[in-house]
Amino acid sequence: MKLLTLNFVTCARKSCKTLPAAFPLHPRDAELEIVEMELNPKFLVNILPRVEWQALRTVCQELGLPTLPDIMPVQQDLLQPPSLPGRESESQEGEAEGEGGSEEEDALQKPSQTAQDLHRVLLETTIANGKLVCGACGHEYAVKEGIANFLLPSHMV
Amino acid sequence: MSRPEDHLPPDLYYNDTEAHKYTTSSRIQHIQTLMTHRALSLLALPSPSLILDIGCGSGLSGTLLSSLPASSGGPHQWIGLDISSSMLGVALERDVEGDLFLGDAGQGIPFRPGTFDGALSISAVQWLCNVESSEESAAGRLARFFAGLFACLRRGGRAVCQFYPRDRGQREMVAGAAVRAGFGAGLLIDDEGTKSEKTYLVLSVGGGDITGVVSGLEGEVEVEDQRRRAKERGKMSGREKAEMVKGSKAWIMRKKQQMERKGKVVKPTSKYTGRKRRIQF
Ligand SMILES: C[S@@+](CC[C@H](N)C(=O)[O-])C[C@H]1O[C@@H](n2cnc3c(N)ncnc32)[C@H](O)[C@@H]1O
Ligand SMILES: [Zn+2]
Repeated sequence: MKLLTLNFVTCARKSCKTLPAAFPLHPRDAELEIVEMELNPKFLVNILPRVEWQALRTVCQELGLPTLPDIMPVQQDLLQPPSLPGRESESQEGEAEGEGGSEEEDALQKPSQTAQDLHRVLLETTIANGKLVCGACGHEYAVKEGIANFLLPSHMV
Repeated sequence: MSRPEDHLPPDLYYNDTEAHKYTTSSRIQHIQTLMTHRALSLLALPSPSLILDIGCGSGLSGTLLSSLPASSGGPHQWIGLDISSSMLGVALERDVEGDLFLGDAGQGIPFRPGTFDGALSISAVQWLCNVESSEESAAGRLARFFAGLFACLRRGGRAVCQFYPRDRGQREMVAGAAVRAGFGAGLLIDDEGTKSEKTYLVLSVGGGDITGVVSGLEGEVEVEDQRRRAKERGKMSGREKAEMVKGSKAWIMRKKQQMERKGKVVKPTSKYTGRKRRIQF
């Protein structure tokens, strides 16, 4: 399970829905795996405002990952500053399928270091095995081969 | 016609054998891919999004979401929920990019409010109408499912559920449950009355206008077949044009014509033009 997903999932029990402690779920005995994938700057720009930054920081800390900055980056931080030297010469020419090529579109093709770091944490860092524990009710959700088991016994629904 | 949900609960019906048979059938791959394209065009997501796939099975739809080209607003990130560990096992073997959850949509959707840009469900919701124990009812399961779905979508977000209603009554029961959860809802039926009839429940969360996608908004559920209507009108309306699936063969053909008119050189059209990429195993 990607840390991105962990930033959105809550305890499945109805009685936990409104309890602040039911989010984020806390990883326990987690075995991490890096699964590389292509960086999609437009997706990062889209998802960033929905990320609960403090929850992400907590989870990273619990997993023993490097500490994230206190303050959440903003969408502009994902784009390379346009004044950067070498940008002009690097731009691909003769791209037949070019899409309009607006300023923003151009900038999106060159993700900043912040974008790369976020991509690494949110999309490439995954929990392969372990448990996710609800801070409110204590229920443990098992994760096996990346698949989280959220089936509840009927008395817990 | 025999309906699998009449015989076994989904997690038992979709066992290892059935999950493999299902996923490797080229006929099933083809139909599920077509329906996913249809659902995607109804979702009309303009840029790479976070999508929930309910009853994702072995990830046939997900493969398409992950490989959707930028020119069609992709690729998307997706999270899949399914009750069958065998189907999810096949998804793992296929190395899908989405995150997988073993769970029962009838128990709710465990994500925080406003998580998803959109949701889709292909050929799964009819299973929710079957109950396995005396403690629950189909109405209760549908209510929990749609309430959870409603909450986890962003404002303005849409969900498209293609499903196989047993009959008119079940279709209305499902659509009614969605409306009671707060959705604006419309039903779209392709190839109505034929063997390949397909029902799409198109849902929107406040603010999202689905007039022009399907009629029958704000609690009213109506049925129409847009494609037939368009045919009857005999020419392509603005609405159908807007509806044309980017990347579809029709879309590519139109683009090619446009390019040719501008004097550009375009590849000759072959029988492969606009074909769906084959699903790799
Ligand atoms: C016909 S398959 C479709 C799979 C996939 N959507 C596709 O198009 O290939 C139906 C799927 O719905 C799943 N399903 C049935 N009831 C479910 C429930 N209550 N919660 C989640 N998934 C369910 C089944 O396990 C099965 O994988
Ligand atoms: Zn809980």
